Amino acid sequence: MSFSPNIVGFACQWCTYAGADLAGNLRCKYPPTVKLIKVPCSGRVKPEYILEALAQGADGVLVGGCHFGDCHYKDGNHKTKNRMDLLKKLIEDMGFDPRRFRLEWISGAEGQKFAQVITEFTEELIALGPNPLKGGKE
Amino acid sequence: MTEKLKVGFLLLGGCAGCEMAVVDLSEKLVDALAHLEVVFWAPTVADVKYNDLEAMEDNFIDVAFIDGMIRLDEHIHMAKVMRKKAKTLIAFGVCAALGGTAGMSSLHTKEELFSKAFKNTPTTDNPDGIYPQAHCLVDGKYNLTLPTYEDKVRTLNQIVDVDYYIGGCPPHHGHVAVAIGALVSRQLPPKGSWITNGKAVCDVCKRNPTRNGFSGRVMVDKVLRMVDGVPDEHICLLQQGYICFGPITQGDCGGSCLTVNTPCRGCGGPIPGNEDYGAQALSSIASILDNEDTTAMLMEKYSNLAKFFYRYALPSGTLPRKM
Ligand code: SF4
Ligand code: SF4
Ligand code: SF4
Ligand code: FES
Repeated sequence: MSFSPNIVGFACQWCTYAGADLAGNLRCKYPPTVKLIKVPCSGRVKPEYILEALAQGADGVLVGGCHFGDCHYKDGNHKTKNRMDLLKKLIEDMGFDPRRFRLEWISGAEGQKFAQVITEFTEELIALGPNPLKGGKE
Repeated sequence: MTEKLKVGFLLLGGCAGCEMAVVDLSEKLVDALAHLEVVFWAPTVADVKYNDLEAMEDNFIDVAFIDGMIRLDEHIHMAKVMRKKAKTLIAFGVCAALGGTAGMSSLHTKEELFSKAFKNTPTTDNPDGIYPQAHCLVDGKYNLTLPTYEDKVRTLNQIVDVDYYIGGCPPHHGHVAVAIGALVSRQLPPKGSWITNGKAVCDVCKRNPTRNGFSGRVMVDKVLRMVDGVPDEHICLLQQGYICFGPITQGDCGGSCLTVNTPCRGCGGPIPGNEDYGAQALSSIASILDNEDTTAMLMEKYSNLAKFFYRYALPSGTLPRKM
């Protein structure tokens, strides 16, 4: 059987989560690889959650937030951007493949974009193969 | 008189600085010895051998302190022996608790580390490039052995159950005195806790902006390293652009580094409620970086963020611990 990646997605309730809904309503085709977790704002996603998901064997982690200017808490997504830029570099500096982590801005109107991001990310993860930590090496 | 508390000290992959902190108690140590009996202290202070520990009855030691991280099979073995012999086991100092600075070596291959240590340092003379071997037969009959090198650095609690943690590199002797006082009076927090005053370094830092009448939120609009200038000795380092981990680090040292104009790098361990020091450091610093340019500046100044945010804690990190 071919490898189907397991993506953990943290989606802001105001935008990316709604975007995922819209993708469904529009019947956009995208692979069933993502498990979405609804969060109040992308700024609520702690780096710990992402590290934990990767440590537990998620093949990829996606954080989806509102475009700049659209965050309901004004600058939540700016904090997200700072934090996630640093986190991506940290992941790489720890010797782990940073391509397994993505940050995307997807609004509630961008169902197509949501489907496209998941499709692309899935393809990239298939090329990378399973998370080497899967199965837990302590 | 109540019976003396039997204590033991064991150094694993560390520099013995933690044990110096015990010796630094000076008169307080002499007073404490009225209540303590040191039954084991190796390989540094007492003339005892590993065999002596192995020969003790189980649970013979009331309180054992282990300092240093785990990198050799010998460390793993001795940590397990000590766990059996001690009723209470303390990870003493940040190496034992979180891996310490030596934990950063896990980011390098064995070849990188060995060639640096045994070949390429200017003071090394090793023309044949010989590395330490686990086994070596001398004169065809003497089989000599050395401990073997594990694939990465581990914390003590990745090998055995740990009852208490004490931070610091080394722990401040004032804090060691408090900890020993708590042990002697048997007033200890719940098992699994850090022995700490519970305050962050910022709480004990004289530069704390709230102490100086500042009430807003500190934002960092530029990033400087210590080589870039000399910070003002009275102003919070973060306000001056020098990244300081005081907000997220236990301040049992009394803010030592800040009194010598040096930023906190986190040797005290994480303030309670935080499992992953580096992730927390990243998160709190990121949230006070003014904008994307400041973030970019930080990444440019600090070329390896794993070594920056996890200076003392890499082996305990959520991801590195699994890698
Ligand atoms: S914590 Fe610091 S002082 Fe203690 S053994 Fe490790 S390096 Fe040495
Ligand atoms: S950030 Fe550093 S300099 Fe500023 S108050 Fe905290 S410990 Fe002191
Ligand atoms: S200020 Fe920070 S780095 Fe310095 S001794 Fe205290 S806890 Fe350790
Ligand atoms: S509300 Fe969507 S990112 Fe803040």
